[in-house]
Amino acid sequence: MKLLWLQSGGCGGCTLSWLGYEQGPLFEVLGEEGVELLWHPSVSAAGLDAAVELLESCASGREPVDILCVEGAALRGPYIDGVGSGGFHRFGGGAPMLDWILRIAVRARHVVAVGSCAAFGGVVAAGVNPTDAAGLQHDGEIGGGVLGPYFRDATGLPVINVTGCPPHPGWIVETLALLARGRLLADDLDEFGRPRFFADHLVHHGCPRNEYYEFKAGAQKPGDQGCLMENLGCKGTQAHADCNLRLWNGEGSCLRGGFPCIRCTEPDFEEPGHPFNMTPKVAGIPIGLPADMPKAWFVALAALSKSATPPRVKENATADRLLRAPSVKRGKK
Amino acid sequence: MTVRRILGPFNRVEGDLEVTLDIADGRVAAAYVNSPLYRGFEQILEGKAPLDALVFVPRICGICSVAQSAAAARALADAAGLAPPANGRLTANLTLAVENLADHLTHFYLFFMPDFAAAEYAARPWHAAVAARFRAQAGAAVAEALPARARFMHALGLLAGKWPHTLAVQPGGTTRPLTESEIFRLRRILREFRGFLELRLFAARLEEVAELDGLDALARWRARGTDGDLRVFLDLADALDLWSLGRASGRFLSVGAYDEEDGGLFAPGVWRDGAVAPFDPRQVREDLSHARYAAGAEAQAPGQGSTVPLIDKPGAYSWCKAPRLAGQVCETGALARQMVDGHPLVRALVARHGGGVGARVLARLLEFCRVLPAMERWLGEIAVGAPWCAQQPLADDCAGVGLVEAARGSLGHWLTARRGGIHSYQIIAPTTWNFSPRDAAGQPGALEQALAGLPVPAEGAPPAAVHHVVRSFDPCMVCTVH
Repeated sequence: MKLLWLQSGGCGGCTLSWLGYEQGPLFEVLGEEGVELLWHPSVSAAGLDAAVELLESCASGREPVDILCVEGAALRGPYIDGVGSGGFHRFGGGAPMLDWILRIAVRARHVVAVGSCAAFGGVVAAGVNPTDAAGLQHDGEIGGGVLGPYFRDATGLPVINVTGCPPHPGWIVETLALLARGRLLADDLDEFGRPRFFADHLVHHGCPRNEYYEFKAGAQKPGDQGCLMENLGCKGTQAHADCNLRLWNGEGSCLRGGFPCIRCTEPDFEEPGHPFNMTPKVAGIPIGLPADMPKAWFVALAALSKSATPPRVKENATADRLLRAPSVKRGKK
Repeated sequence: MTVRRILGPFNRVEGDLEVTLDIADGRVAAAYVNSPLYRGFEQILEGKAPLDALVFVPRICGICSVAQSAAAARALADAAGLAPPANGRLTANLTLAVENLADHLTHFYLFFMPDFAAAEYAARPWHAAVAARFRAQAGAAVAEALPARARFMHALGLLAGKWPHTLAVQPGGTTRPLTESEIFRLRRILREFRGFLELRLFAARLEEVAELDGLDALARWRARGTDGDLRVFLDLADALDLWSLGRASGRFLSVGAYDEEDGGLFAPGVWRDGAVAPFDPRQVREDLSHARYAAGAEAQAPGQGSTVPLIDKPGAYSWCKAPRLAGQVCETGALARQMVDGHPLVRALVARHGGGVGARVLARLLEFCRVLPAMERWLGEIAVGAPWCAQQPLADDCAGVGLVEAARGSLGHWLTARRGGIHSYQIIAPTTWNFSPRDAAGQPGALEQALAGLPVPAEGAPPAAVHHVVRSFDPCMVCTVH
């Protein structure tokens, strides 16, 4: 499968994450999986006129594109006489990148949005959204984006959203490899177009702070060992991703790094409506409840587990190192 | 007769870049550097909670992510009057150093060296071997460097949770306390990366290369062996005279890198007229005369700066602003850091040839040899029982400045908060300095100067030398405009 990768309103971090792939040298792996790189702005030999000519071939159909990867949001602004000019990003100084994306997307066999900017708009769409940034098929949570809600590729798939800020390198490579083998079908995508192999998990799954969560023993400040949901804004129980099962850069994850999940795989994560490092509450109860958890049950369970918190867990939760180790039981099987 | 050529997009740089050249008599008479992507982070940040900057600013750039975090953390710490404890300082150094060295590696193997595989050099005796090793994507070195980089990045899995885009770097220190067994694992990660560098890149002990104190010492070292990618680069630099290619103003800026108990690993300062002068951030102004933003008559200090896009502004040709130090153009980056800090080999090279493509790349490679041993030392200085992160709430009205050295040079954040929200957030990134457009006085930016005079035909593919000059700065265009 021939892969064309374009970048627009993003930071290049998805590419940098992708380059950290670890199940073998990246370009050899892609080749072995049947993915041939037509062009990628950061790693290809061709540039200048040759790159523009290649894009023109792709846009006019002379060069078939099996997978179009777009990294970064589509920038629709600035508006000139009420019409989005796309002028905040011109490719090679010429046409707006928005035009190239639209022309090639309708011809490509599959379209992959790499990262939450390309999927939903992401951080580039935050605040006043200065560039009127949007995703390919979503504008935040709303279907639409620059390709529209009804876009389907030649095989009937919507835009495949490999979300995350950035996505894990494994999510990107596996999506490409599964597409190349014809093993990623409509049923393998969730309602936001995300491959379910990573999106059917929650960041909470495998969180090493699970005991603190169970007993509602919350951290109070950066560096504390306790659960980050109660006070420090963690959204791991709502965010769809396998970050604490697959792990990042060897043995990392946001939670393992000591800071909250900001649900970066979800639409509109960039505007949580509160400062990222605090948990909004009503009457002491966090507003953002865990996925699929009825509020009454959460309140009851939280009250019960708080009353049952072992002193060890309570003390360790607000310390930056282990104050009390789990007790050792002797003479019992 | 002058012919105008537009070159773009430049590939194998971080982000989007286009260069316009006026060519007269087969040479570049004038160059105009255009950053063609605007996203508006400074506008996005307005009104946010000040600590939310730690979420947004790393996402300015996927390759300088930690550097952006570090600058924001410093600006917030400055605003709060907060100093991290020793462990916080050491882990911040380590986190930034991993990113900076990984970026140097990416630049050398993925961005810069593949240009020597160009067809233009096919008749050269060295071409076949260089192309086999460094060709884009398919070169043997790429298949070695990417896994080495990924393994080295495991240090960030431990120190920062993940890369890019961490929240571990805080104004008061780090969110990630380490245990002795984790410090041991970090030590092994550094050792493994040292092994790659000493086997493949240098074919020598890092200390041996760091201690080269002049051109004679470099010549003697080269004569002692034939292995290693550094020697390949030095041979190319001689064969193509990369030493005198692409010189800019010769004024170098460094804000100083990696805090130590007293001072830092690399000293701050400005190299001009053959000597180091102190760096005074109050002399920095951003000139908007040729940038696509609304502007008053005077260039503004960044603390008073504004970012209001104006796409059709007459005379403007870039989304990049033009920072100037006391009205002068400065170059920043590894070459600047080593010039200001006074590395004898780099000083000798620049004295002989000026600061061109060869010196920029060699200075970057020398930093592996100077920084990795320091990282090993910092790891040894961490005291597991001591605090990691200090606390101090921000006042509702406050202001702070954060200056750090990213891989590509000096990065500054200027923050003002009012009534608990960000009132103004202005950023000057390394490539904002290096790839700035002209200022009101008509002074071209550093790359614009470096390209002037280069032989370029009026039509047909531009020579590889243009690519060498552009990429020798290791431009990061997403940071440039932000």
